[in-house]
Amino acid sequence: MSGSAYRGSQIENIDQFIEDKEGLGSEREIEIGQHIGYRYDVNLVPDYERLTTFLKQYMEVMGWDDLNWLEDVHMGYEDGKPAVFDRNINGWVRVPDSIPLGKNQQDRDMAARELLIKFQMSDRHPLVALRRVYKKF
Amino acid sequence: MEYLNDSKLASLTQEERAEALGMTSEHLTGRSMTIEFDPDEKTRFVYPWSPDVDFNKRTQINADNLNATEVNHRIRELMEEGYGSIVISNPRGKHALGVGVLSRLNLIFEGSLGYFAAGLIDGPNVRINGRVGWSCGENMMSGTIIIEKNAGSTFGAAIRGGDLICKGSVGSRTGIDMKGGTIIVGGNTGALSGFMMQRGRMIVCGNAGKNLGDSMYDGTIYIGGAIHSLGVDAVEAPLTEPDASWLRRKLHMYGLLPSAGVSHFTKVVAGKQLWNYDNLEPSEKKLIL
Repeated sequence: MSGSAYRGSQIENIDQFIEDKEGLGSEREIEIGQHIGYRYDVNLVPDYERLTTFLKQYMEVMGWDDLNWLEDVHMGYEDGKPAVFDRNINGWVRVPDSIPLGKNQQDRDMAARELLIKFQMSDRHPLVALRRVYKKF
Repeated sequence: MEYLNDSKLASLTQEERAEALGMTSEHLTGRSMTIEFDPDEKTRFVYPWSPDVDFNKRTQINADNLNATEVNHRIRELMEEGYGSIVISNPRGKHALGVGVLSRLNLIFEGSLGYFAAGLIDGPNVRINGRVGWSCGENMMSGTIIIEKNAGSTFGAAIRGGDLICKGSVGSRTGIDMKGGTIIVGGNTGALSGFMMQRGRMIVCGNAGKNLGDSMYDGTIYIGGAIHSLGVDAVEAPLTEPDASWLRRKLHMYGLLPSAGVSHFTKVVAGKQLWNYDNLEPSEKKLIL
């Protein structure tokens, strides 16, 4: 029904998807049993005052003046747990309990970016095995 | 699991390699997967298979008598030798140069390129001192591409991440189906720019052609000049201070910050009216059941 005024859930509480993992906020969502829309603000631009030391080092190694592709990485939530989406495996990577959650989305996004880089560059990332199977010898 | 070196893997079929490395072959059903991963393990900033390159180690390739495949192979060979800055001279408009580079690298083209320049890249910083044809930076994942002159149509098609900059003007369908990253155009952009945009940001310092942002699902478009017309479900939104601050920072980085600042930019976002395309789905399911 194109043309209705429905615009998906409005995220007002940063812990909304931790406290309520379904997060169904509208009649439409309850009807279909699914949350509609992203569980974070995809258009939130990063606050560079909150860069971590690790991310500064990463930018320097890559020769970039800013976060580059990481500007699109945000902390999201899966099954009531904080998680970050890894585009290289098309799935969510859960944030370990040992990583403290920030009080605001900007700090959480920076932690998510750091975790994602560490995971993607790890020898245990699924792409490592995938590459060995499919590469041209 | 027994360690399998590359020579042993090479003797196996693709299916045997997948099985030997513990990969499953069933259809994906969204199941969870547990991987033992320690976020405090050894820090690395590049993919495990990336060559160890040094930005200060510089060399040159004369592309005059080489075809695109030969140039791209030579780039990889030089990266394996540790060269972190590679200059390509005499590219003479060849297509698909500099594609598929998945590591940090400074790649400089001294001349114009054809179609699909520097597509599918993940990490390098590419500078093109000339013009480019269609689909420059298509599907790029990360890194930067800076074009000093004009670019053709479908500039940055399906880009996932990184910064793609054209200091001149670009053709139509710029950023079609983009899913992330930033596209910056110093001049004007053609019709249907941002068509089916899903995420990311597009900045155009000049004018935009008709049907800007048609059928966009999400993402943000900033236009410094005139907009011929907005497409279906593209709407204007107020430019906030975080938007303006980010715009100033990004444009300054690439020497494109207008002397008048950014307050005159128009912000365009998705009206999100098209998000309801599946609104009838539950009743359809009931009918089927």
